[in-house]
Amino acid sequence: MAVLTEEQTLLRDAARTWTREQSPVGKFRALRDADTPLRFDPAVYAEMAAMGWTGVIIPEEYGGSDFGYMGMGLILEETGRTLTASPLLASALAAAGAVKLGGTDAQKARWLPAIASGAAVATLAIDEGAHHRPLQIALTAARDGAGYRLSGAKTFVLEGMAANLFVVSARTSGSPGDTTGISLFLVPAEAAGLTRTALTLADSRGAANLTFDNVAVGADAVLGDEGQGWTLLEKTLDRARAGLAAEMLGTATQAFETTLDYLKTRVQFGQVIGAFQGLQHRAVKMFTDLELARSCVEAALAAIDADAENVPELVSLAKAKVGDTLHLVSNEMVQMHGGIGMTDAYDAGLYLKRARAAETTYGGQAYHRDRYARIQGY
Amino acid sequence: MVDADGTDLGIFSAQTRAWLAENYPPVLRAKDAKIDPDAQWGGRPFVGSDDPQIVWMRRMAAKGWTAPTWPAAYGGGGLSAEQTRILEKELGAGHYRSPLASFGLWMLGPVLLEYATEAQKREHLPKIVAGDIRWCQGYSEPGAGSDLASLQTKCEDKGDHWLINGQKIWTSYANKADWCFCLVRTDTAKKHEGISFILIDMASEGIETRPIKLISGDSPFCETFFTDLKVPKDNLVGRIGGGWEIAKRLLQYERQNISGGFGSGGGAGGAAGDLGRLAKDYIGVDAGGALADGDLRSRITQNKMDFQAFYLTLSRVASEARSNAGSGPSAATSIIKYAAATLAQQRAELMVEALGHQGLGWEGEGFDTVEKTITRGWLRSKGNSIEGGTSEVNINVVAKRVLGLPDPKAA
Repeated sequence: MAVLTEEQTLLRDAARTWTREQSPVGKFRALRDADTPLRFDPAVYAEMAAMGWTGVIIPEEYGGSDFGYMGMGLILEETGRTLTASPLLASALAAAGAVKLGGTDAQKARWLPAIASGAAVATLAIDEGAHHRPLQIALTAARDGAGYRLSGAKTFVLEGMAANLFVVSARTSGSPGDTTGISLFLVPAEAAGLTRTALTLADSRGAANLTFDNVAVGADAVLGDEGQGWTLLEKTLDRARAGLAAEMLGTATQAFETTLDYLKTRVQFGQVIGAFQGLQHRAVKMFTDLELARSCVEAALAAIDADAENVPELVSLAKAKVGDTLHLVSNEMVQMHGGIGMTDAYDAGLYLKRARAAETTYGGQAYHRDRYARIQGY
Repeated sequence: MVDADGTDLGIFSAQTRAWLAENYPPVLRAKDAKIDPDAQWGGRPFVGSDDPQIVWMRRMAAKGWTAPTWPAAYGGGGLSAEQTRILEKELGAGHYRSPLASFGLWMLGPVLLEYATEAQKREHLPKIVAGDIRWCQGYSEPGAGSDLASLQTKCEDKGDHWLINGQKIWTSYANKADWCFCLVRTDTAKKHEGISFILIDMASEGIETRPIKLISGDSPFCETFFTDLKVPKDNLVGRIGGGWEIAKRLLQYERQNISGGFGSGGGAGGAAGDLGRLAKDYIGVDAGGALADGDLRSRITQNKMDFQAFYLTLSRVASEARSNAGSGPSAATSIIKYAAATLAQQRAELMVEALGHQGLGWEGEGFDTVEKTITRGWLRSKGNSIEGGTSEVNINVVAKRVLGLPDPKAA
């Protein structure tokens, strides 16, 4: 665990207490079984907002506490432990981050207070295919008088059914794969010509596919400079990835601790199965990976708060390392529980499903290894 | 910023930088400097030598900076943790050679400070600081490897001296060492409680060392034979039968030192940083500038990432240790040796693979020095997961002590 300030420790402890008491895994299971359209409980999200969690990265003048990404990571680690479903990551970190980094005063004033209060849910609409490839943008934004017309489609938009606002990456010039010609737009969910289709995912979280049929937006919808959106998008995504990595670290840590408890209680051959060396060595491998992954996640969050130059390197490191770790731990959780790990009644399956969805989101391990290698110059 | 003892750290930092620059023999900076590779380890043959490495060692030792944290009363630097960090930072930033490599500094000294008598401390610690005595570690035996506590080297009380008979193995540089800190059996009836920790002058009668040639072609380890070896009564450290406790404590210092040593590398640009460039040189790149062998590129990246994660863990462990001084090392410390060994071995394999045929030269024409060093290093790295406790034993200890998993019942 990183060395925390007193305020960070208080925040972490509060988040830990709240998730354990108010949002244990059973709550998520009940939500899944209730099959609600939003896939999270708005009342729970309102509670998070009341605790100030939705304003952690938002400046004070816009209704937040400007407490930093490390602070947000501490909360997400705890929500990750109990698989708490909410738009905290997509809205209060990812989309809020985009507006904070690239928005005009008017754009910030319009959206940040609403995100901070929990009244509005915002999210990134970036991907267009089966994989996270943020440069492969085909959705076009054509000049139309003073404004633009957006045409194309977006996939796997987190909290897409709940969102009031989409941060959409679009092409104002160039072709898919080009770093120039990318622009970001703030598009309200009620915009004419924008339709969304709910996705039912294995991890029971909310997501949607979007189609844009000549959606009209004004010139004031452009976030940052037209055609120069790639840098802003990368910065935005790196903050979102680091936050997700923190959540995944929590999920992996809890999956490991639950499995370790089982190794200490399940008796076969007259002894607890955790006495067998074959399982002990696999447990230590997981523990080792978790310790290494924690260092990466904390370093990435600290680098973001310090606005350090090596943020992209550290974020790709963190997302890939924690992704590999969660992949391993979630599989071992099922295997080490044996038959009960395969049952829907037990929680291992919930962790396994969440693991793969989180790994894929904002770029999987292969994507981030490739990106890391390019940053290193080979 | 002012230290706890009132030292202005800004001034200390500037003075340290200036002193290092002034006292470092310029010849050590020359690329082709002829330096005896053994000089860095010090010892009797180098006392009074004018080898530039020894000059450097002597100057640093005079300030106690070869052992910066040890008390000045025993020749150490008496520096605070913060001052030590500044010194290490300046040494790293200025690319200074380490003044002294020494098992005495890394392993023996800390346990002497904790367990030895005042006379023993005054006798041995200043010579360790000065690099005058080179120490070796007499632990493993032919029948006592992973199960170290089953060691049999017999140590009998003969009234005015100890009489030692037995054999040690894997004694690093026993043939070059001046003294040996050694585990011996003073009681055959008790396993752990029958072990004592004793200091042996390697110049004594009754000691024979034989270097063991390894798969890498080098001979860093020896077999060491003790035949009717007489050792003064004062050379036993701690209580009789208390050697196992000291050995375990020493191992902790050794682990700390491993983390300290790796920590100085830092970041992906450190020790692991060359791998990508090396592979590019030998394999080439595709049109997009990526390494032409996609499979190898992915595995190299995984290793580099794991190394960076490892370095980040070392600095996390160090900062946690500074902030919770007294509450013991963090759990992450336990996995450091195992992780380091695994990663170093993977990297060594990847380097040889990246070199292709050029990674298979043994000696002579057709291969440059770097290539041959990589080949030998690959073979040498196989020992990383064996020496100082095998990875398997390390993992068993983590399972038991950190994860709280029980010992298996006997079948």
